Amino acid sequence: MYVDKFPSKGKFDHFGGQFVPETLMPALEDLERAYTKLKDDPKFKRELDYYLREYAGRPTPLYLAENLSKRVGMKVYLKREDLAHTGAHKINNTMGQALLARYMGKTRVIAETGAGQHGVATATAAATLGLKCDVYMGTVDMQRQRLNVFRMRLLGARVIPVKSGSCTLKDAINEALRDWTTNVRTTHYLLGSVVGPHPYPTIVRDFQRVIGRETKEQILQAEKRLPDAIIACVGGGSNSIGIFYDFLDDPVELYGIEAGGKGLKTGKHAAPLCDGSEGVLHGSYSFVMQDKFGQILPTHSISAGLDYPGVGPEHAFMKLRGRIHYNSVTDDEAIDAFKLLSETEGILPALEPAHAIAYLKKMPPKFRGKMVIINLSGRGDKDVEVAAEAVGVEV
Amino acid sequence: MSRIGAKFEELRGKGEGALIAFVTAGDPKPELTPRIVQTLTKHADIVELGIPFSDPIADGPTIQGAADRALKAGTTPETVREVIRQIRRTSEVPLVVLTYFNIVFKRGVDKFMLDFTAAGMDGIVIPDLPVEEAGEVLRATKKRGADLILLVAPTTTPKRLKRICDASSGFLYVVSLLGVTGARERLSGLVKPLIADVRKISRVPIAVGFGISKPEHVKEVIKAGADGAIVGSAFVNLIAKNLENPQKMLRELDQFGKTLKAAARLTR
Repeated sequence: MYVDKFPSKGKFDHFGGQFVPETLMPALEDLERAYTKLKDDPKFKRELDYYLREYAGRPTPLYLAENLSKRVGMKVYLKREDLAHTGAHKINNTMGQALLARYMGKTRVIAETGAGQHGVATATAAATLGLKCDVYMGTVDMQRQRLNVFRMRLLGARVIPVKSGSCTLKDAINEALRDWTTNVRTTHYLLGSVVGPHPYPTIVRDFQRVIGRETKEQILQAEKRLPDAIIACVGGGSNSIGIFYDFLDDPVELYGIEAGGKGLKTGKHAAPLCDGSEGVLHGSYSFVMQDKFGQILPTHSISAGLDYPGVGPEHAFMKLRGRIHYNSVTDDEAIDAFKLLSETEGILPALEPAHAIAYLKKMPPKFRGKMVIINLSGRGDKDVEVAAEAVGVEV
Repeated sequence: MSRIGAKFEELRGKGEGALIAFVTAGDPKPELTPRIVQTLTKHADIVELGIPFSDPIADGPTIQGAADRALKAGTTPETVREVIRQIRRTSEVPLVVLTYFNIVFKRGVDKFMLDFTAAGMDGIVIPDLPVEEAGEVLRATKKRGADLILLVAPTTTPKRLKRICDASSGFLYVVSLLGVTGARERLSGLVKPLIADVRKISRVPIAVGFGISKPEHVKEVIKAGADGAIVGSAFVNLIAKNLENPQKMLRELDQFGKTLKAAARLTR
């Protein structure tokens, strides 16, 4: 019903598309051509599989969180993307795209980053494959994710501070697009989520599908049946679409959790699917947070990785089709979940998937005693400072 | 024929190249825009007015700065429409609006074209709307008698070039370089071959923009076969430099416009 049916002509129904300056259009055409050819190329697939297995540590485990299960009254499995190399699911996409860039003869990759996880994963893939790497990062994010800035520099990447607009992820994407427009002939823009112009939402989704493919195999092995629900956080939406995709045509309920910030009613959040409207940002037609004139609004989330006013067009499509439920949890609820998982399971989640964990407590009552999988998309070491500040502890 | 088409025809008769001047409406504040435009039209043949957008991906720091100032001063598409109406009361200068697609989309494509042509807009440039996505805008501009000015870039393939030339009206906007808007020291080496390629195919006049910031640049592109030169960031820099002194700002815009137009005039 859904799998491999969309996009058609770059669109998920009316969502998606290519709203970019003409200079970039031929580059998007090249990218689509190269990707279409390579994605089924046995040599490319072998090489990517090799790197994901031997370098990135795949498959990641599917862990039955028994203590957490007792606390929430559901059987909860965690898909341990936090154990992938660099500590998040981002490496699945960056290895794929960096290989793609090399096959296309590009010598340099650029990336945007919010939490720094995609920046680190891009710098990592670039280091392995011998590509030059520049990462754009808003100055606000650089401050709250200092450790990742240093990690990227250690990996040989240049981190370029972005001081325009809100100085966060959205502005980093603007700047990366401007760089790409200038250096399009030598540079591949290694976009980190299922956002942006076609073919990015499809390419990134395909590279992240490995999460759901593994999860399905693992849960069938462990339980001999499919889960009742899967929960994942949604910023741009790459880890969620990655784990959801291979379950889209199955009787499994899917929950995408956006960043509710200080609460949807306050307007200080980053939940365009829950409280935004249709619009065009960063090359694609989707849901965005905007004012009545179409100006993009500032967002707020305690999690830098979710602090983005747009969302992938395929999510917009799934929202309208009703296939995926989209909800939100607040900063405070995410912090509670961060503590909960740390205490019960000895696992520090990143603040992004802490949103998914927080949603366990808000699941409809019918899931009591049922089996639920959470995509634990990244580890929380990077967030310790932010979390400490949120609970008023000085470190 | 639109005001834009008529203007190019008039200039062709005189053997002159067109000077197209861009500023962001509402920069530094909406009240000043009509006076800035009035000053520019002493020399410019066509005026391009930007409606500021929060995320202008095709613009460099100069025009980003202008958009920030305009937005801070409370400029909305509504303000810009009022400014255009005001300019139209006293001037017949062809007016082109430049804005990003979300601004048009949010108002409703047809309503946008209706409202803005009624105010006095003659054409529109939407830098993040490639020809593939332009269907609805093309229909709406045609219906309301406005020109949709499409862009071509040095990366544009021959196949795309044909398609863009077929769809563009008023003029064709030739992006001179790989990159974003902003003043440059030198003209990009890519521009002359591009003008030659476009010249062969285009049914409408061609105007070159991005990085055109000196009289020499204007002279060169017109000599190379362009019908006009678009200067934006260099004008905006004069505004940014004189935020506290509007009299000096207008004087400098006037003088600079004069030298640019002289360069456009002498080369044909």
